[in-house]
Amino acid sequence: MSLPAMLAANPRLDRWVGFEPDGRARIAFGRMEYGQGVGTSLAQMAADELDVPFARLRVVAAATGDIPDEGLTVGSMSTEFSGPAIRTACAEVRALFTAAAAARLGCAPAELDVREGRFLQGGQPTGLDYWALAGEVDLARDATGEARLKPVEEMRRIGESEPRLDLPPKVFGEAFLHDIALPGMRHARVLRQPGPQARLVSLDEAAIRRAAPDVDILVDHAFVALICDSEGAAIRAHAAAEAAARWEGVRQLDATHDEPAALKALPHETFEAGPPAPQATNRRRVTATYGKPYLSHASIGPSAGIAQYEDGRLTIWTHNQGVYPMRALAARITGLDPSAIEVIHAQGPGCYGHNGADDPPIDAALIALRRPGRPVRVQWRREDEFGWAPVGTAMLMELTAELDPSGRLVDYTAEIWNTAHTGGRGGAVAESALAGYSPPPPAPQRILPDGTRFSGGLLNAEPSYDIEAVRTVEHVIAPPPVRTSSLRSLGGAPNTFASESFIDELAELSGTDPLAYRLAMLSEPRGRAVLEKLAQMCGWSRRGQAGTGHGLGLGYDRHRNRGGFVACAAEVEVEAEVRLVRMWCAADAGLIVNPDGARNQIEGGMIMAASWTLKEQVKFGGPGIASTTWDDYPILRFDEVPPVEIELLNTRDPRPYGVGELSQGAAMAAIANAVAHALGARVRELPLTREKIAAALLAS
Amino acid sequence: MRRTIGLTLNGQPAQVEADERENLLDVLRGPLGLSGPRFGCGLGQCGSCAVLVDGEEKPACALDLAAVEGKAVLTLEGLGSPERPHPLQTAFLDLQAGQCGYCLAGILVGAKALLDRNPDPSREQIAGALAWHLCRCGVHNRVLDAVALAARRMREGVPA
Repeated sequence: MSLPAMLAANPRLDRWVGFEPDGRARIAFGRMEYGQGVGTSLAQMAADELDVPFARLRVVAAATGDIPDEGLTVGSMSTEFSGPAIRTACAEVRALFTAAAAARLGCAPAELDVREGRFLQGGQPTGLDYWALAGEVDLARDATGEARLKPVEEMRRIGESEPRLDLPPKVFGEAFLHDIALPGMRHARVLRQPGPQARLVSLDEAAIRRAAPDVDILVDHAFVALICDSEGAAIRAHAAAEAAARWEGVRQLDATHDEPAALKALPHETFEAGPPAPQATNRRRVTATYGKPYLSHASIGPSAGIAQYEDGRLTIWTHNQGVYPMRALAARITGLDPSAIEVIHAQGPGCYGHNGADDPPIDAALIALRRPGRPVRVQWRREDEFGWAPVGTAMLMELTAELDPSGRLVDYTAEIWNTAHTGGRGGAVAESALAGYSPPPPAPQRILPDGTRFSGGLLNAEPSYDIEAVRTVEHVIAPPPVRTSSLRSLGGAPNTFASESFIDELAELSGTDPLAYRLAMLSEPRGRAVLEKLAQMCGWSRRGQAGTGHGLGLGYDRHRNRGGFVACAAEVEVEAEVRLVRMWCAADAGLIVNPDGARNQIEGGMIMAASWTLKEQVKFGGPGIASTTWDDYPILRFDEVPPVEIELLNTRDPRPYGVGELSQGAAMAAIANAVAHALGARVRELPLTREKIAAALLAS
Repeated sequence: MRRTIGLTLNGQPAQVEADERENLLDVLRGPLGLSGPRFGCGLGQCGSCAVLVDGEEKPACALDLAAVEGKAVLTLEGLGSPERPHPLQTAFLDLQAGQCGYCLAGILVGAKALLDRNPDPSREQIAGALAWHLCRCGVHNRVLDAVALAARRMREGVPA
């Protein structure tokens, strides 16, 4: 039998499950908790498949060597891909223990049942449980995948809103990597090189010592660290060092390059997929261009990391998206053998993709190697996180449709400009400051089974409808003007913003209600079901005339065109600015492990999407990103967030789909469409600010 | 100037030997060993480090140590503990009002300041009081509901 991919990569059963002398069941998985609740939902799956009480599980803290290697925790894929691995491993463990119990009892395994960790025969206790048999069953063996998984109707814990395991420490004040205080730990800040070509000409160390007399100043080529016993001293030393450093070759970014339209002028490679473009026809041809700016992950806490180098061994503490990828990154940059590096995970602020989390641990590791012995903690400043962490790429989406005489959409082209959405993976900002640095060769292109190249930019570029001919043209900009990397949903949500805005425009051109226009080209019953449910929830039939200042809009997609189905609606009032009145979501993500957790993720995604749509844009200037404080980069606030209503459909379908980035595209489109309905005019470029709205009204 | 500075910290007298110009957040997280107030921006813009100073909500990152000399400072640790949680902490857990949780320490402290002065706030009043606190995960509605739930329980005398 074929094993789930993550189990095939880590086949030893004892890497996933064990029974400990204290009566706990040990569960290990390679997914990082950062508040999305993955630890709880994966534990629920394990508890169900083993049939042990949830309270008796011990989830192993993530560290290299202690957990299976599942790579990065990304792409809303943990439930969908890690879940089957854990379930398969646990089912096999249950079968092995059942066989051992049967051997002891002299009966057939089929006569036994497991309930709450105990083996029952004919419903009666046998006196045996997992722990009594732990000495007899050797789990140091590879999974075969031959055990039967429980069917959905036998699952008792899946579908329960188990409270999150990670939340209690967060309301009592101790939860994060940022709080770790190791004995002898020193605090460091790194002077960031103003662009990868900048050379340090001089550093007035005396001036730095006047600000922080006990500072340990580390200068290695263009890598400058200020190391102190207290964090306050490190902050003062860093501020003084900024004034005391003279650089040459400082990068000057063109400030106009922060606009999506500027992407077209940058060097790029082009990838085309789909049928050839249609010849001249008598069909109506419509084109519109949509833009989404560079977006920051904007984590509430700037990233931090700790490292210690002692006796030839490097230990790193990180809140990044995977301990094994961090070990590989640290090995490449430091030249140490991976076996000399241990990486320990602790929780951090939500990252929503590849934010700055990989960087401070590398800063700390570079310092630790040069200052062996005591642990070193590097805390990035707010300005570092906004200024030097990778950002989500801007996107420009030029969409073309051909409509038949009835107004039906029969041919669709999405031409997209963006940087690679995963291009910043496997690098750190500190690298270019090291002696002998030359930029690493471009990462190998990821080729999908269908032969297309994966940059993340084409996710949901094809609308989730029945359209006879759809083609994509993707221009991937390289090198990007600033560090870019994955941001929640990659190109998926921006593409749905664009395509679902466009489809509203096409509906209007053909004089059709936007919901009816969509349903007419959607045969997939699960897609129709979420749209029809959404229409009921938001009272679509009450939707009035356009241009009244009051708008109702919707958006729909199937996540990555292979995952969950989702429809969102937004009601807005627009005067000078947009006010969100209310939002709704109907989602079918198949089997829902933890309904409350799923709702939390879906709603959070909608609110982040609202913030992207209405407020956010990274600004360029000077050597890099100029929007380095919350004043420059506003996000949606408590008094701007609308009430949200969510309905989950089809939650006992056997196959689960991820929900972490499910709702964002539909929510962006719903808001954009509601604003267009309110204005009677379309704003095609995000964010939908006061200025853009005024310009659109003037133009109409 | 380095000297001994006294304050009341989470209801207990405390002394710290430090330069009076040291940043309050650095002192709370450093020599005073607390982790509730969190570093978020260093500019008083995000609310992660909120504390109460004589009952008034302030960003610790924007205060010097001298500003709290002789005053009562309350951090998240002073609200409650797993054994004796504050009704706000219980309500946040009951409604699962959090994702990454980094903003929660400041929000809980801010919510306490609100309920101390207004035991029956409307949803708009809660949102207004918390508007300077930033949350990126999008748990705003749950937070608003949890503060309202805690307020109701406190008015009704429900034990936490």
